[in-house]
Amino acid sequence: METHERLSAPLVLEYPFTRTTGPVIGAFLTGLREAILLGIKRADGTVLFPPTEYDPQSSESLYEMVEVGQDGTVLTWTWIDKPRDQSPWKQAHALALIQLDQTDTSLLHAVLVDDVKQMITGMRVTTQWRDEREGHINDIEGFIPIEGSGV
Amino acid sequence: MSEIIIPEILQGKEPVQSVRTPIRMEYTFTPGVAAQAYLREFGKKKILANVSPVDGAILVPPRGADPRHGVLCEEFVELPHQGHVGSFCITNVPIPGRKDLDLPYISAWIFLDGADIGFLNLVSECPPEDCRIGMRVEAVWKPDDEIGMTAENILYWRPNGEPDIPFDQAGVRGWRYRASENSDA
Repeated sequence: METHERLSAPLVLEYPFTRTTGPVIGAFLTGLREAILLGIKRADGTVLFPPTEYDPQSSESLYEMVEVGQDGTVLTWTWIDKPRDQSPWKQAHALALIQLDQTDTSLLHAVLVDDVKQMITGMRVTTQWRDEREGHINDIEGFIPIEGSGV
Repeated sequence: MSEIIIPEILQGKEPVQSVRTPIRMEYTFTPGVAAQAYLREFGKKKILANVSPVDGAILVPPRGADPRHGVLCEEFVELPHQGHVGSFCITNVPIPGRKDLDLPYISAWIFLDGADIGFLNLVSECPPEDCRIGMRVEAVWKPDDEIGMTAENILYWRPNGEPDIPFDQAGVRGWRYRASENSDA
């Protein structure tokens, strides 16, 4: 049988989706563009951030969006030493669940520190905004430690 | 549905109504045995098909198996560069990333002569209103010096001027027609 070198070729699958947002996510993204963080209030007064259109436990529709704090607490985190090509972040960073002040849930986002030794569960962080914002989660560049806040 | 209540600080701001959520995956594609054989011959302007060991059905492009029976297909045959339109679709809406397709364009399941399944491709040199099931077509290949081991070798298919084949023998309709012919024999 004739032998050949194995064939191989790059294959890229790409969908340039644009989604409509609806009123809740739309307001959340409008807030990001204006450097304002909006959560949504549940019937018991607790606040979901990021906001959802429905209460994840009762399935009730949610209506009342409220501004929440731009500082928060790192609940848990992992260290990303070498971000992949399509990551929004080029440098090593932490990915963390961050509970913002005046909210009852947490947000997955980056904590921008140079060294894993700077990461401590329970550390206080604050929102680092991009200068140019368009209404996208990446309008937040990441979260940075609040100096001298301790744990 | 009740109105969403938004804090005063955002009142009057232009609301965001859409968001970009692109998805991109990068693979390294390694074709299997049948697809490798197909691509090597396609790079020489030959179209290979598999022959089903169960009933002799001609499957193109060859996938190395007959999916109806779950059996390996190891026999290859070469098919001619002409066939007929089994079914087709006229598209009037652009596809992002395919600026090379002028609207409207026709995509069709081309049934190569002898094949039992269709071969998805473009039909051109034919006004959309003239395209029809059973229309005879021939392949238009890239110039020889641009032929490679790629599905892009055939630019499109064009009417070859031969008389149409009857509607009830075109495309997959031909299965029932041939089955009735065989049972008569």
